[in-house]
Amino acid sequence: MSGAAPTTPSTSGTEPRGPRPKPFFTPKKIIIYTTLFFFSLYFLFPLYVMVVTSLKSMPEIRFGNIFALPAAPNFDAWVKAWTSACTGLTCNGLSPGFWNSVRITIPSTIVSIFIAAVNGYALVNWRFKGSEIFFSILIFGSFIPYQVMLYPLVIITREMGIFGSLQGVILIHTIFGMPILTLLFRNYFASLPQELFKAARVDGAGFWRIFFEIMLPMSLPIFVVALILQVTGIWNDFLFGVVFAGTQNLPMTVQLNNIVNSAQGTPEYNVNMAATVLTGLVPLIIYFVSGKLFVRGVAAGAVKG
Amino acid sequence: MADVATQQSRTKTAPHRRNFFSKLFLHNLSAKIAALPMIATVLVIFVGCTIWTVYYSFTNSRLLPRNEFVGFDQYARLFGTSRWNVSITNLIMYGSMSLVLTLTLGFLLAVLMDQKVRFESAFRTIMLYPFALSFIVTGLVWQWIMNPTLGLQGTFRNLGWTGFTFDWISNPRMVLFALLIAGLWQGVGFCMILMLAGLRGVDEEIWKAARVDGIPTWRTYVSVVLPMMRGVLVTAVVIIGSGIVRLYDLVVALTNGGPGISSEVPAKYVYDYMFGGGNIGQGLAAASMMLLTVLIIMIPWAYLEFGGKGRR
Repeated sequence: MSGAAPTTPSTSGTEPRGPRPKPFFTPKKIIIYTTLFFFSLYFLFPLYVMVVTSLKSMPEIRFGNIFALPAAPNFDAWVKAWTSACTGLTCNGLSPGFWNSVRITIPSTIVSIFIAAVNGYALVNWRFKGSEIFFSILIFGSFIPYQVMLYPLVIITREMGIFGSLQGVILIHTIFGMPILTLLFRNYFASLPQELFKAARVDGAGFWRIFFEIMLPMSLPIFVVALILQVTGIWNDFLFGVVFAGTQNLPMTVQLNNIVNSAQGTPEYNVNMAATVLTGLVPLIIYFVSGKLFVRGVAAGAVKG
Repeated sequence: MADVATQQSRTKTAPHRRNFFSKLFLHNLSAKIAALPMIATVLVIFVGCTIWTVYYSFTNSRLLPRNEFVGFDQYARLFGTSRWNVSITNLIMYGSMSLVLTLTLGFLLAVLMDQKVRFESAFRTIMLYPFALSFIVTGLVWQWIMNPTLGLQGTFRNLGWTGFTFDWISNPRMVLFALLIAGLWQGVGFCMILMLAGLRGVDEEIWKAARVDGIPTWRTYVSVVLPMMRGVLVTAVVIIGSGIVRLYDLVVALTNGGPGISSEVPAKYVYDYMFGGGNIGQGLAAASMMLLTVLIIMIPWAYLEFGGKGRR
């Protein structure tokens, strides 16, 4: 609250917006760029520190300059983080966690997107009594903290015999991905011309045929958005992984936390940071490759369309 | 539900009435089958599990859920536990600071970005990338930066500034600010993106009119543009708010609730009691309190959203 006060004057550029010719270095411009520059430092600093620390040796880190560039950059810490760092009792590095995350993310993403696409399509084109009510509860329900549903879900998955297995986590991700994805697809299908659907119906096409032959081919953009949303969301999950995956299937985020926060003996900060970079790499790559689509994805997950 | 449906069909013509059941179940059968996962999720998970949790929060379940009712005992114990009280105080303190600062900084950055700055996309990329990272990664990076001996504090001391202190992570009175720095780092960019979209949605004519009337820029932002962005603001508040109530991963990674219990949060209390403490009743009661908090945030919002739609 009070921390925001010093920075506010820069918004109130009380400069009159007159027609007077403007040189590039107006006081207003200087304030704007300086503020943006300092915020950029805040945002970039952790990335810099993460990468630089991971490339240093431990003696160099103990020298105690977090800003310094590595004297002899090497990837030893990355190799150790990947292959032999200790997570709890086992010392196989992050790689098992990485593959667990892959095994969790791929099916969860595919299943949840498919179900949500069908749901959205049914909600727009094949309404039935109560469909909107179910949908409203679904959206409302997505705001309920996961902790409220956690224990009964443990019982349900245990009864189904999938507690502590990959299928268990996949099911949970599919369930909790449903509200946002359904909303996404519902809004997208609602924006498509209805005539197309009606024409297909007149021609005698049924529910699934219209879905697979008309709707799906037209919805590639929204599939990409949903894909970005789900892959990053599921990859970054911690809570469901730690509760439902079981010790053999822990995803990368959980293993990472175990490496750093329950390390016995002397902490190896370079290995810790290398492991952190490795875990953040997948969502970062998605972010940098997908650009504006990522923004659309996360915004769609948030803004009601 | 069924009553309403029969009444409706009665008012219609006779053939409709005869077809009532086939209409309810067979009409659009494929759509209903396709929507089954959604219906099941709604009924079993969102409604069923929530009721289950609230129901069993009134029992004396310990290692396993038990059907012995004890009234509000679990809640009384909850509010008699210092750890829980610290948790909710933390949540209120952290939550209000985080909400205000995220909105303020998000709006400020969006306004700056809206001044036709060069390299806009570069700035946007820099501000949003933390949002792509998980809270675990966020927490661990900041834990390293704030490491008292080798992080920022140690660095500045080694550089000769021996009185420099930045020990927030190990200082019970400052640890919430440590959480805040990391939380803002992760979330401000996203808030900025939302606000920027809101600003860009404001009609250019408004700006021209304000300029003609000689209204200072900051006044236009505060009294004209902000009220016009109501929708975006409400959305941002609801998203940030429900995120704050859920706050868990970041605390686990950054401080694990410490030092002592000074950075505990309700979500962590729930987890620890349900899966670590062998006291499910406490966990369920705490979870029910989280539910209540979200409902308190959500109900006015739902009222505004849906009450507003009718009037428009």
